Amino acid sequence: MLLEVKGLETTFFTNDGKIPAVDHIDFKVYEGEILGIVGESGCGKSVTSLSIMGLVPNPPGKITSGEILLEGKDLTKLSEKEMRKIRGKDIAMIFQEPMTSLNPLYTIGNQLIEAIRIHNKWDKKKAANHAIEMMKLVGLRRAEELMKEYPHQLSGGMRQRVMIAMALACNPKLVIADEPTTALDVTIQAQIMKLMQDLNKKFNSAVLLITHDLGVVAEICERVIVMYSGQIVEEAPVMEIFKNPSHPYTRGLIQSVPDMREKKETLYSIPGAVPKPGSIKVGCRFAPRCEFARERCFNENPPIYDVSANHKARCFLLEKGEGTVYDKRAVES
Amino acid sequence: MTNVLLKVEQLKKHFPKKKKGFSKTTDVVKAVDGVSFEVYEGETLGIVGESGCGKSTTGRMIMRLLEPTDGKIYFNGIELTSLSKSEMRKARRDLQMVFQDPYASLNPRHTVEQILEEPLIVHGIGNKSVRKEMVKEFLQIVGLNSYHAKRYPHQFSGGQRQRIGIARALMTNPKLIIADEPVSALDVSIQAQVLNLMKRLQEDLKLTYIFIAHDLGVVRHISDRVGVMYLGRLVELAECESLYEEPLHPYTKVLLSSVPIPDPTYQKEQILIQGDVAESLPKNGCLFQQRCPFATEACKTIVPELKEVKPGHSVACHLYDEPQQ
Ligand SMILES: Nc1ncnc2c1ncn2[C@@H]1O[C@H](COP(=O)(O)OP(=O)(O)OP(=O)(O)O)[C@@H](O)[C@H]1O
Ligand SMILES: Nc1ncnc2c1ncn2[C@@H]1O[C@H](COP(=O)(O)OP(=O)(O)OP(=O)(O)O)[C@@H](O)[C@H]1O
Ligand code: SF4
Ligand SMILES: [Mg+2]
Ligand SMILES: [Mg+2]
Repeated sequence: MLLEVKGLETTFFTNDGKIPAVDHIDFKVYEGEILGIVGESGCGKSVTSLSIMGLVPNPPGKITSGEILLEGKDLTKLSEKEMRKIRGKDIAMIFQEPMTSLNPLYTIGNQLIEAIRIHNKWDKKKAANHAIEMMKLVGLRRAEELMKEYPHQLSGGMRQRVMIAMALACNPKLVIADEPTTALDVTIQAQIMKLMQDLNKKFNSAVLLITHDLGVVAEICERVIVMYSGQIVEEAPVMEIFKNPSHPYTRGLIQSVPDMREKKETLYSIPGAVPKPGSIKVGCRFAPRCEFARERCFNENPPIYDVSANHKARCFLLEKGEGTVYDKRAVES
Repeated sequence: MTNVLLKVEQLKKHFPKKKKGFSKTTDVVKAVDGVSFEVYEGETLGIVGESGCGKSTTGRMIMRLLEPTDGKIYFNGIELTSLSKSEMRKARRDLQMVFQDPYASLNPRHTVEQILEEPLIVHGIGNKSVRKEMVKEFLQIVGLNSYHAKRYPHQFSGGQRQRIGIARALMTNPKLIIADEPVSALDVSIQAQVLNLMKRLQEDLKLTYIFIAHDLGVVRHISDRVGVMYLGRLVELAECESLYEEPLHPYTKVLLSSVPIPDPTYQKEQILIQGDVAESLPKNGCLFQQRCPFATEACKTIVPELKEVKPGHSVACHLYDEPQQ
């Protein structure tokens, strides 16, 4: 196991009170796998990744409990200086908007060389050669010329490739990609996803892919975590989650996506809206929108149940004895 | 026979390009470059294409929120580009727009009631009490409550705000609604609610839609016919089924094969192409030539025209040229 997140809670202390953006989540990332985290806006995906990177903006945010173990070492206990050695070297991050993470004032080459030299005591020449090699690897043509260009001279897709080259330059064990293609067009998204998949095979870096797009998940992830309102509500291998979604929210989410392969009269839709983290204090957070909710769902917090060996979900319907209540036909009809 | 409600002919919009360095030539961005299509009464015409291909510019020209550089727009038999400002204002009663960003398009200092009443006041519809009644009625039509009338936009979720945007467009009982990415900013679970609402309203109120989006799944779901734009030109136009099942233009094929399918068991044939939307546009011929796996000599020199090659299915590509005699 590469990374283990245990009981992680990250809270924002705002004028409106405490917001538990990430509310006691547990998950593991294994060597070399592609793990997806999906969920709708505000469910805590980015805060999860920032917590792992030690980049939660403080104030107003703070990790308020839990552990983040990278090969057994608890990252939450490290100083900023120690974290800096890990960032880029052991864990690298790719953000949604590459423009915010590339400095507009420096050339691409400059930034790549700097990133490489933070963790390797190489001279500039060697670092530059490595940078060019990485750029070619991520499919950037004209790599030598691009070294001298500035971020604004590149298209969105090219900038995202530069970010990937930078992320992989020090051969990290884990790459966290937070919506790496959301700002890009689909044809470019397809190129970048293919690239991430190829590089994952080639370097055996694990990838934590954060997205709101179930299509992207189906296409490249091996396992998936579904988040809702700061919590993990389901976790399973990708085939399993699509074949046998066991939390009513996951089912609803899968059915809501307009599939390009067919036209439906009406799309399945989940009534209501996503609650802000912390707004529902007692009971299942999905209960106000759930067609299966019963009294108990509003009064007690559902624990995580095992659906099968690698499949877990947080819903009372999975409790033994209640299991029969969970009549799948009711959902499918 | 279905009536043509809107007809657009050779519509163009060229923006002056920001000059780089000391170059003296004033270049233009051909945001929309000779687009023609018809919209039939009661249908939804979807317009898809990647960022910057000119979808919004086309929509805004039809509303005359932007003056076309060239071309004609016939709405209900009236040629819109020749109308004066005040005549155009009257025409807008039948022609409304829903925008992508429900946050930016609603005045934050106005209550929902004020927002919905405004188009009625502009068009001199009803007196105060009639207007108040209409506001309540339309709030209900879009699935909100009459008690929402006194609230401000920030008190609503994204999906609810988009409902308000739709209600505002409906107030004047328009014939055509141009919806520019109406669900792109929404989460999938909310997206489905708004799409279902738009479909229901179309049936109930006999509306015609131009539905602009970059999400091909959403467009298939709502459209009767679909037009695909690439770099300011319409490259394919067909019945929805025909376009998705048998795309003809190489770009459409690439676009469709790039969409991730939410089904891990599905094996798709993916066509990956090189490069982004070409940085330097070709001067002659087809704008897709540099990225097209099938480009021939003709593609480098002659601009392919949009031509009907099967009943109801038009494409602008030399692969479908009639063989020369
Ligand atoms: N700087 C901040 N101050 C206060 N609250 C914050 C801050 N950043 C995030 N939050 C809260 O944390 C919650 C989770 O946010 P997060 O950015 O992780 O969502 P996300 O799942 O990444 O959503 P998206 O898909 O929109 O990127 C949000 O509901 C937000 O209210
Ligand atoms: N006011 C303007 N001045 C100069 N150029 C403009 C202006 N508005 C649009 N453009 C350019 O026209 C082209 C088409 O833009 P448009 O907004 O119509 O694209 P779009 O298809 O709606 O894209 P998106 O999917 O990103 O909304 C782009 O290259 C854009 O940069
Ligand atoms: S616990 Fe109850 S409310 Fe929550 S998802 Fe399960 S059935 Fe629905
Ligand atoms: Mg995020
Ligand atoms: Mg647009």
